[in-house]
Amino acid sequence: MTLALKTEDLAKTFPVGKPLFGPPKALVHAVRPTNLAVAEGETLGIVGESGCGKSTLARMLVGLLQPTSGRIEIGGRALDRADPAAFGRLIQYVFQDPVSSLNPRKTIRQIMEMPLVRLHGMDRAARAARIAEIFDWVSLRPEFLDRYPHEFSGGQAQRIGIARALAASPRILILDEPVSALDVSVQAQVLNLLADLKAELGLTYLFISHDLAVVEAVSDRIAVLYFGSVVETGPAESVFAAPRHPYTKLLADSAPVVGRPLGGAAEGELPDPLNPPPGCAFAGRCARATELCRRERPMLDQIEGDQFAACHHPIPA
Amino acid sequence: MRLFLKLLARNRLAVFGAAVLGVIVIVVLLVPLLPLADPDVTSTGDRFQRPFSAGHPLGTDHLGRDLLSRLLWGTRLSLAVGFAAAVIAGTIGAGIGVIAGYFGGRVDNVIMRGVDMLMAFPYILLALAIVAALGPGLMNALIAVAAVNVPFFARNIRGITVGIAHREFVDAARLSGMGHGRILLSEIVPNVLPVVVIAMSTTIGWMILETAGLSFLGLGSQPPHTSVVPGVMILLIVMSINLLGDGVRDALDPRLRSGALSRPMAATLVDRDTVPDAQGPGLLAIDGLRTEFRVGPRLYKAVGGVSLSLAPGECVGLIGESGSGKSVTALSVMGLVASPPGVITGGAVRLEGEDLIGAPYARLRSLRGDRVAYIFQDPLATLHPLYRVGDQLAEAIRVHHAVSREAAAARAVKLLADVRIPNPEARARAFPHELSGGMRQRVGIAMALANEPEIIIADEPTTALDVTVQAQILSLLDDLRRERGLAILFITHDFGVVGQLCDRVAVMYAGRIVEEGRTEEVLASPAHPYTKRLIACVPELGGGRRWLEAIPGLPPAVDSLPEGCAFAPRCAKADDACRTGEIALAGDGRKVRCLKPEVVA
Repeated sequence: MTLALKTEDLAKTFPVGKPLFGPPKALVHAVRPTNLAVAEGETLGIVGESGCGKSTLARMLVGLLQPTSGRIEIGGRALDRADPAAFGRLIQYVFQDPVSSLNPRKTIRQIMEMPLVRLHGMDRAARAARIAEIFDWVSLRPEFLDRYPHEFSGGQAQRIGIARALAASPRILILDEPVSALDVSVQAQVLNLLADLKAELGLTYLFISHDLAVVEAVSDRIAVLYFGSVVETGPAESVFAAPRHPYTKLLADSAPVVGRPLGGAAEGELPDPLNPPPGCAFAGRCARATELCRRERPMLDQIEGDQFAACHHPIPA
Repeated sequence: MRLFLKLLARNRLAVFGAAVLGVIVIVVLLVPLLPLADPDVTSTGDRFQRPFSAGHPLGTDHLGRDLLSRLLWGTRLSLAVGFAAAVIAGTIGAGIGVIAGYFGGRVDNVIMRGVDMLMAFPYILLALAIVAALGPGLMNALIAVAAVNVPFFARNIRGITVGIAHREFVDAARLSGMGHGRILLSEIVPNVLPVVVIAMSTTIGWMILETAGLSFLGLGSQPPHTSVVPGVMILLIVMSINLLGDGVRDALDPRLRSGALSRPMAATLVDRDTVPDAQGPGLLAIDGLRTEFRVGPRLYKAVGGVSLSLAPGECVGLIGESGSGKSVTALSVMGLVASPPGVITGGAVRLEGEDLIGAPYARLRSLRGDRVAYIFQDPLATLHPLYRVGDQLAEAIRVHHAVSREAAAARAVKLLADVRIPNPEARARAFPHELSGGMRQRVGIAMALANEPEIIIADEPTTALDVTVQAQILSLLDDLRRERGLAILFITHDFGVVGQLCDRVAVMYAGRIVEEGRTEEVLASPAHPYTKRLIACVPELGGGRRWLEAIPGLPPAVDSLPEGCAFAPRCAKADDACRTGEIALAGDGRKVRCLKPEVVA
């Protein structure tokens, strides 16, 4: 198995209330040291609720944010400096809001040509051929090229966003909530398109979402993020079916499923990021928490086979 | 562009300003061609001639120069100076603003503190200081006026750039390999340019005034004109430019595009011919409701004849995709659809037999929040940011009930406890922004419960929340309804939520209900092809990796609905019969609007 993407202790800390001179008043650990490995051709799903650090992690992986520490390896090569142009040819990003990810004052052709010119230095004829090829993949009609973004529906705009990402010929796509702004009937169209593209082009996906059912439907493996750390990883079919970390179980139990009675949702919310608890961040909401959990932060450990959890008292199978 | 001109033409003052300005501009452009005396030729013999004297329609000044000629040449100069000053100030100011806003952080801090320092000086004092340093003269006055206006542009444009620099398309441009310079020029500048142009058009008048002011003080154009006629000219120019500038700004304001030049009315307009007869019992009975949006020549039939009833203690789900009319239906119940452009054109909404459509505003107001309460999607937008949540709750109680301030405050704390907010006494003193999303939605629910309503209309109350918080809010709503016998109309796009909470469900498509029935029956064996395929689109947790059944195509636009079934163009079973005539919502209890239902209703 060759690795497409690997992170070693990748972390991001944001200063809060920084004056013009002098040290900041506080630090927020948006992403704590994280180790992830994605095999070539695999889809890694990343789930977590708002504020868990999933978007910060994604932005570091494409070079839009400089990591505070740690390193990123893409296809075996280390990329240390945050330079989106260097990352761009290897890894691309599909944004959550398809309409706001397209410049309203440019035509679709101008948007599509940018990566071809800047990243691959193609001439006019080569660009036209390449755009026609990509538009064919994502089933967009060529006459769309001379229109402006506001003329498209959400689903079409998201196809254009995917086409733009593919124009850079990346090996890896980061899909940051690619369907959560779309209506359900359109959501399925885009998810199926992504599955087709992956099979055809041999792409590797990092699929970020808050929707557990969607992530489960598209991923090979899933990583669950809570409060800036990966709390559980494992095969898609077992993470939500047989969760080992109590937080994963809470997530799985909270998802609305037809026929399942309401209730069972634990009260409680995320800890204050300015004043994080010393031990496990989930201890305050966890029924299994002990003194150890409140004192010591658990590390991600192998529980069984391919399933890892960061928990002192994992749920038995 | 045509829309812009049309909106501009609606504003009579702006049209008047444009006309006056147009005449002035044409006249001054033609000045070199007009048979005018040379403005600078002095003839002391003709000093101080009265207006309307031969050869000098406006008379002459103390050196015998023709005043009309001087006025027109001076106007030409003033306009040119005002325009040049606005362009210079706009260009430099916008440049500074774009750079500060795009790079942010330390660059922004240093630049904006410099701009703040410039702004700290009184305006005219700064201009005087610049002229004093450079020496009097029209050119120096222009520089001074431009310089003092740079901060105005810099601050304005910086604010707008900050908003744009964090938009996703800028990130996308960086990932396409563009450098900072290229992004600034091709992504940011085209998006701030309209604002720069509008700001310039509104400031030219101002700049002419300032230049005139400096001239009056003897520091600008030499020597000063001090008479009534040039003053009138300045008034005309400045007034016309300002009127036109305001008109341009208003015409570009997207809020006015929707056709509303004024605030929405307190209750939705009603324009219906016939009132349907009262039907059977039911706490709330919506009967043949039609709500339209009239935007210019277009007619959007957002709700095209919806009938739905709600019994005491019942929870009915209204499910549909965006644009299906589910929210407009909910808002129409209490006349909350914004008018203009919304108009209720038919049907009735009866609360225990009393028709609410067309009820006097005073009656609607006494019912809103008292017997029928709403919960909205985004509690941050519905709670007032400047008042403590406890005070807002107390206010909601005191609007409908004559109770003392203390009693209302105590009841507010009790309500917060009822919606399971921990430590309610302390949270009552919190401002909305100090609470998390889940806590805010609890406050929204507490607000809805404040007057013990019989009906709660919940419009996507959990869509903006995380799953764990959503589960908490849903079980809270479920408990409350069982404890208090509340009837809930629950609007959502999520089948899972409906399946867990609602007794009955109605599915909407393109403004009409296509299927209705008991939740478990509809979800287990959907009768309408749309319902069936929509359910198949949604992955459900526990299903593993799979291919999803997508519905090809898009829902129709409600301003051009097809004849017959609105779903026919996307439906595999549709034939010619589906594309003609009206299809009724047939069945008793379990209803379906389809000629070829999946299961017999």
